[in-house]
Amino acid sequence: MTRPASRLPRPLHPGAWWLWALGMATAASRTTNPLVLGLIIAVVAYVVMARRSDAPWAGGFKAYVILGLVVIGIRVVFRMILDGQHGATILFTLPEIPLPEAARGISLGGPVSLEGILAAVYDGLRLATLLICVGAANVLADPKRLLKSMPAALHEISVAVVVALTVAPQLVASGQRIHRARKLRGETGKRFRLVRTVVIPVLTDALDRSLLLASAMDSRGYGRTAAVPRSTRTATGILVLGGLAGTCIGVYGLLDGTTPDAIGVPMLAAGMAMAWAGFVVGGRRIVRTRYRPDPWLGAEWLVALCGIAAAAVIIVGGDVAALNPSANALEWPQLPVPALVACAFGALPGILAPPVASTVAVPQNRPAPTPVGASR
Amino acid sequence: MIRFDHVTVTYAEADEPTLRDVDLTVDEGELCLVIGPTGVGKSTLLGSINGLVPHFTGGRLAGRVTVDGRDTRTHPPRDLADVVGVVGQDPLAGFVTDTVEEELAYAMEQLALPPSTMRKRVEETLDLLGIADLRARSLRTLSGGQQQRVAIGSVLTTHPRVLVLDEPTSALDPTASEEVLAAVTRLVHDLGVTVVMAEHRLERAVQYADRVLYLSGDGRVVSGTPGEIMATSEIAPPVVHLGRIAGWDPIPLSVRDARRQAPELRDRLAGARRPTIEGASATNSTVALKARKVVVRYHDLVAVREVSLDLHHGEITALMGRNGSGKSSLMWALQGSGPRQGGTVQVDGIDPSEQKSAEARMLVGLVPQTPSDLLYLSTVDEELAEADREADATAGTGRALLDRIVPGIDGDHHPRDLSEGQRLGLVLAVQLVTSPPVILLDEPTRGLDYGAKARLASVLKELAVDGHTVVVSTHDVEFVAGLAHRVVVMAQGEVVADGTTADVVMTSPAFAPQVAKILAPAEWLTPAEVEQALRGAPA
Repeated sequence: MTRPASRLPRPLHPGAWWLWALGMATAASRTTNPLVLGLIIAVVAYVVMARRSDAPWAGGFKAYVILGLVVIGIRVVFRMILDGQHGATILFTLPEIPLPEAARGISLGGPVSLEGILAAVYDGLRLATLLICVGAANVLADPKRLLKSMPAALHEISVAVVVALTVAPQLVASGQRIHRARKLRGETGKRFRLVRTVVIPVLTDALDRSLLLASAMDSRGYGRTAAVPRSTRTATGILVLGGLAGTCIGVYGLLDGTTPDAIGVPMLAAGMAMAWAGFVVGGRRIVRTRYRPDPWLGAEWLVALCGIAAAAVIIVGGDVAALNPSANALEWPQLPVPALVACAFGALPGILAPPVASTVAVPQNRPAPTPVGASR
Repeated sequence: MIRFDHVTVTYAEADEPTLRDVDLTVDEGELCLVIGPTGVGKSTLLGSINGLVPHFTGGRLAGRVTVDGRDTRTHPPRDLADVVGVVGQDPLAGFVTDTVEEELAYAMEQLALPPSTMRKRVEETLDLLGIADLRARSLRTLSGGQQQRVAIGSVLTTHPRVLVLDEPTSALDPTASEEVLAAVTRLVHDLGVTVVMAEHRLERAVQYADRVLYLSGDGRVVSGTPGEIMATSEIAPPVVHLGRIAGWDPIPLSVRDARRQAPELRDRLAGARRPTIEGASATNSTVALKARKVVVRYHDLVAVREVSLDLHHGEITALMGRNGSGKSSLMWALQGSGPRQGGTVQVDGIDPSEQKSAEARMLVGLVPQTPSDLLYLSTVDEELAEADREADATAGTGRALLDRIVPGIDGDHHPRDLSEGQRLGLVLAVQLVTSPPVILLDEPTRGLDYGAKARLASVLKELAVDGHTVVVSTHDVEFVAGLAHRVVVMAQGEVVADGTTADVVMTSPAFAPQVAKILAPAEWLTPAEVEQALRGAPA
């Protein structure tokens, strides 16, 4: 039996990974149940481990997990200081700071309850899960390739974002270089001089670089445009802006369980369709082609649908009470069946997505090239 | 192919035009070399070919520039992208994408070429420049020579008729420069591309050129064959200087030409001895800096591997080796500001890395690779006054030093407006205010023209005569030949050769200066030495 071409090792279209990750994030946003959230994190981590490549941008998943933990920590600390006393089981009491009459209703310090901390942990965990889902998308799909898959109308914006992403590490590098050089003049270490002695040279350096880059891009044909009538441009603007507004409202409706159903999916669909039309019309102005665009094949559909299915199962089949256990009851939360089904869908891309191709081409009998000049 | 019709370029706020009444033609398939001291308008001339001057830089262009029949007046750079490919000095600054393959495709995407054509041309270009094994690599992990070849490839994919290169080898070591120049000459010969290239180090390029455009500094451009221009030009490679000293006709442009005329000169020089370079020699002088088993590592990468060195008072040492061989890391470790994971460094018995940075610079001064990193004030005078304050020196010390190094810099100028050589002089003055016994310079010759290099060499020799220990890291063998007492060659973080300049450079074809190649086996390194010997010897 021959294997279909889509199963050969290849990078998946970044859009598919993003749809899957957003589906998982939507599912996570509908629950504060720590068991469900933990399961979602586990599923996302499994897929990342199974399908991430060895490219340089693929290494940051740990950082997102740590960021998630930090978010939970901040949430708990703030809850303890600002609003810890709701609940019956008092764990300990912090010294209270009296506030003026104007700030009545806010208390600093005081008793800290187990219920308060638990509620903070649940809330923080949800936020952390969202972050980890977005992080997974970033790790699985090269963010810059996603920007390149943008419709032609957004070409200029996506180029600006790509350039900004490239400039950031360069800024850090030139900052370090200048800071190091400053020591050679016997820097006295006065903090307030940092702005003058490091920030200004770094910024002038960055400005020089951007001018060089701009002239290089100009000489390589960036910004060639076709002439379009004024009415088309106006229509593009209206379509894109209206579509984006519709999409935002739709997303809000989808994520917030309390809004009427009509605002959710229909609004989202209408908004996206409108924006898409705008992009198509606007794209006519930009005359350019793409080198080796990522194809959208069966595997992409499967992965995207897995994410959407996970979100749909939780939204449609989820029992609100089971998904949002009360922190006041102090009982072990249940694991609802729809959540299990959703997570099963979420885990499928770990198998369904095509395996990862190595990013380093290794010819026969020759070792992989090693980076040169890394010491500088 | 390229036609300049009475072109005059004047920048905004400039009193004098940068280019004045330039009238010239570059024919199809020519390799055209643009030479001249820094700041005479070489970049302006190159920029006007694809319309970056004045469309991008501003200023006023009178006259007419046409490329392949297109007038740059009506065609901005982006509309000339399919005719002219431009490669700048720093390839990294011009990269738009991340990987080699995408960078090669970028310009074609902008020109809306069909995907099948793009795929084919990317593969062709990868092979043409010998970078096929780098296709998936991130641009930032490539070596300088590889980056520059990718930059050339990225403009070649649109099949331009003209290639404009602005000092493509200024940041490269000799081997990488050879790679790039070999690629360029191959393009001229195999594809018939017209190349216009600015280059400071003529010893590498002049023998390949069909035409030389000489900018003398008054805004005019003299166009001629290399032989015509080299016969009279002030800027010339050592082989040409030697030819003039020896009175050869025609003037040789390559080592090969010169070597065929050399036997006569070798006879005249028989019995004469090489004059020594001023400053103390290593044998009779005391050790200023003593380094033992110095180790610098960045995680798994060992940049400097147990290097031991004794640097003597009054000695000029050249540190050579390819990019990434550990030269900079060693210098920073010797100065004390850089990391050092093992070994000892002692200057007068004190380890500079254990001192505060203000005290460390009293012992060892370092001029880093990008000297402007040390400057942050808005005028030269402020910068010098600040240097005096930092070092607790009497006011005016910095200014006196600067006047000795590069006289006549206006104190009201912004350091960024100075030429490359003047800025280097300013930073050297700032670092010398504390009068450290040891002074290290990391690739100071980068971007300097012949005049500036000669000035730098005489300043460093004076410092050595005063008893300073000088270490210069550089790729420029001609500069080393006329300056250093001693050469240390590094590779992979280790010292692979250490000896007197003559001993080290004579035994290696890669490091031999032109004069040595011409007059070998006799030990002569620079035209100046030969001239001195001829004058001293009885006729």
